[in-house]
Amino acid sequence: MTHLSSYQTRILGSRVLLLPGLLLSLVLLIGCLLWSITLGAADITPQVVYAALFDFDEAEFDHVIIQTVRLPRVIAGVIVGAALAVAGAIMQGLTRNPLADSGLLGINAGAAFAVVLVVYLLGTPSLSVYAIAALIGAGLAAAFVYGIGAFGGATPLRLTLAGVILTAFVSSLTTAILIQDQETLDRIRFWTAGSLGGRDFAIITQTAPLIAVGLVGALLISRQITTISLGEDVAKGLGQDTLRIKLIAAALVVMLAGGAVALAGPIGFVGLVIPHIARFIAGVDYRWIIPYSAVLGGILVTLADVAARVVLRPLELPVGVMMALVGAPFFIYLARWKVKR
Amino acid sequence: MIQAENLSLGYDSGANIIHQLTLTLTPGHITALVGPNGCGKSTLLRGLSRLLKPAHGAVYLDGQDIHAMKAKDLARQLGILPQAPTAPEGLTVHELVAQGRYPHQNWFQQWSGDDERIVAEALEQTNLTLFADRPVDTLSGGQRQRAWIAMALAQQTNVLLLDEPTTYLDLAHQIDVLDLLAELNEQGRTIVMVLHDLNQAARYADTIVALRGGQIVAQGTPDQVITSENILQVFGLDADVIVDPVTGTPLCVPIGRRGGRNKKAAASINGKVKTVIPA
Repeated sequence: MTHLSSYQTRILGSRVLLLPGLLLSLVLLIGCLLWSITLGAADITPQVVYAALFDFDEAEFDHVIIQTVRLPRVIAGVIVGAALAVAGAIMQGLTRNPLADSGLLGINAGAAFAVVLVVYLLGTPSLSVYAIAALIGAGLAAAFVYGIGAFGGATPLRLTLAGVILTAFVSSLTTAILIQDQETLDRIRFWTAGSLGGRDFAIITQTAPLIAVGLVGALLISRQITTISLGEDVAKGLGQDTLRIKLIAAALVVMLAGGAVALAGPIGFVGLVIPHIARFIAGVDYRWIIPYSAVLGGILVTLADVAARVVLRPLELPVGVMMALVGAPFFIYLARWKVKR
Repeated sequence: MIQAENLSLGYDSGANIIHQLTLTLTPGHITALVGPNGCGKSTLLRGLSRLLKPAHGAVYLDGQDIHAMKAKDLARQLGILPQAPTAPEGLTVHELVAQGRYPHQNWFQQWSGDDERIVAEALEQTNLTLFADRPVDTLSGGQRQRAWIAMALAQQTNVLLLDEPTTYLDLAHQIDVLDLLAELNEQGRTIVMVLHDLNQAARYADTIVALRGGQIVAQGTPDQVITSENILQVFGLDADVIVDPVTGTPLCVPIGRRGGRNKKAAASINGKVKTVIPA
C-alpha cells in the first residue's frame, strides 16, 4: 500500500507503533511522578524517594512526608488528569465538538457548586458525601447544558455558550456562599480553584472507584464512540443504538468529571487540550484516543502541579490556575482554527 | 423487497411531512425519488431506513417490520448514506470503509481477515485502493463521496439508500458517482436514491417516484413519469420533454415564464424540434 506521507495528520502513522507509543507515554508518566515527588518545600533526592516507596522507614522524616503528603498528591493528580482527559475525549467524540470539555460545558462548575453547598449546609460532612454531591451536581449541570444547548440542534457554539452561561451563574452562586460564610471559605478556598494540595488517601479511596469505573467503561464503549463520531445518522445506519450509547457515555462523563471535582476541585482545560494531543499522536480511533488521553492527562496535570509549586516558591498556586495558563491560549487556537461555523 | 404501508412521517415538532403513503420498491431496481424542495423525498428515505420512526404505518423489509428488527440485523441488509456526511478530521479512507463492518462485529468477534478482505474489495470497486491511507478530508468531493459509498459497500447490504449522493459535486463527478451506483446495481443491489436532477433520474433509474406535498403523484418507468403534465403537476413548471440523444430516455427541457432570454433564437427553433414527445 502506498504511503502518502505528505497527508499524514498523526505522528504515529502506523498502527504497529500505537502500543509502543502508549507504553512509552506510561514510562514518561512514571518519570514525571517520581520527579514531582522529589520537589517540594524541601527537595528530596531520588534515592530517598526510592527508599521511601520500597523500603519505608517511619523514623525517617522524609519517608513520612513522601508517604503521607507527596505520594497521595501525585496519585490524586494522575487520577484527576486521566478522568478529566477521558471525559473530554468522550464528549468530543460524541458531540463532534472540538470545544467539548467538562470545564467549558459547565459540568465541573456544577459539581463544584454542589460540593460547596453541601459543605455550607452540613459543615464537615463525611468524605463519601463529597463524591455523591459532586456526582449529582455534575449530572444536573450536564442535563441543563444539553437541554439548553440542544434547542434547534446541538451545535458546538450553542453547547459552549450554554456551558459558559451555566458556569458564570453557578460560579457566582458558589462565590456568594463562600463570601458570606468565612468558615466554609477557609476550608475549601484552595479547592475551589482546583488543587492537589492536602489530598490524602482517605479522599482518594472515596473517589478512585468512581473514576476507575468511568475509565473502564470508556474503554469498553470506545469502538462505539469512533462510530458515532462519524455522525449520528451514519452510526444509526450502521446499526448502532445511538441513544443507548449516548446515555451510557453521558453517565461515564458525569462519573469521571464528578469524581475528579470531588478529588481536586474544578480543574479546567485538561479535557479540552489532551484529546486533541491524543488525536495528533494516535489518530481518530477512540480505542487508542481514550487510553492515550488517560496517560497524557496524568502527565499534564502532574507537570502543571510541579509548575504550580515551583514558579512562586515557597508559595504554592492552585494547579487549576496553572492549567488555565496553558489551556486558555489553546482554547483560542481551537476556536479560531478548528471550529467549523 | 421494501414496502411502506400507510406510512406517515414527521418530526417531533409540527405536522406530518409524509401522509399515509403506500409504496412497493422493486428488488434489483434503481429507484429515484424526485420532487420539489420540501416535498418529503428525503424524509421518506429516512423513514424507509430507521433514521426516522413512523408516526403511523410501517415499513417492511422482506415482510419484516424494520422497527421490530434488531438494529444490527437491519444494518446487515440495508445501508443508508445521509446527505453530505462529514468525516472527522484526519480519518483515513481505510478507517472510514472499515466502519462499514460495524454491524458484522460484536464483543466476541472483532476485526478478522474476512473484514480486511471485504474492505479491500470495497476500495477496489470504488477505485480508492491508492487512497486508502489518505485522510478523507483531503480528497476531492467526488473521491470523498466514493469513500462513503465504499463504506456502505463494506456493510455488504442488498439494499442501499442514498440521500442526494451527487450534492455539491461538479457535473463530471456527479456522472462518475451515478455510473458507480449503476455498476453496483448491475451486481444485484437494490438502490433507492433521492435525486434533484430529473434528467439524471431518467437516465439512471428503472423506476421514478415523484412526490409532492408528502404524497406520490406519479410512479413508474422514466417514460411514464417524466412527462410535461407530471412536471407541471409536481414542480409547477412548464417544460418540454424530448428524447435524450445519448440514452433515449426522456429529457426535460424547462420553458419557464419567458421561454428563455433570447426570444429570437426561441422563435427560429420553434417547430424544428422533432423529438418532442407528444403530450
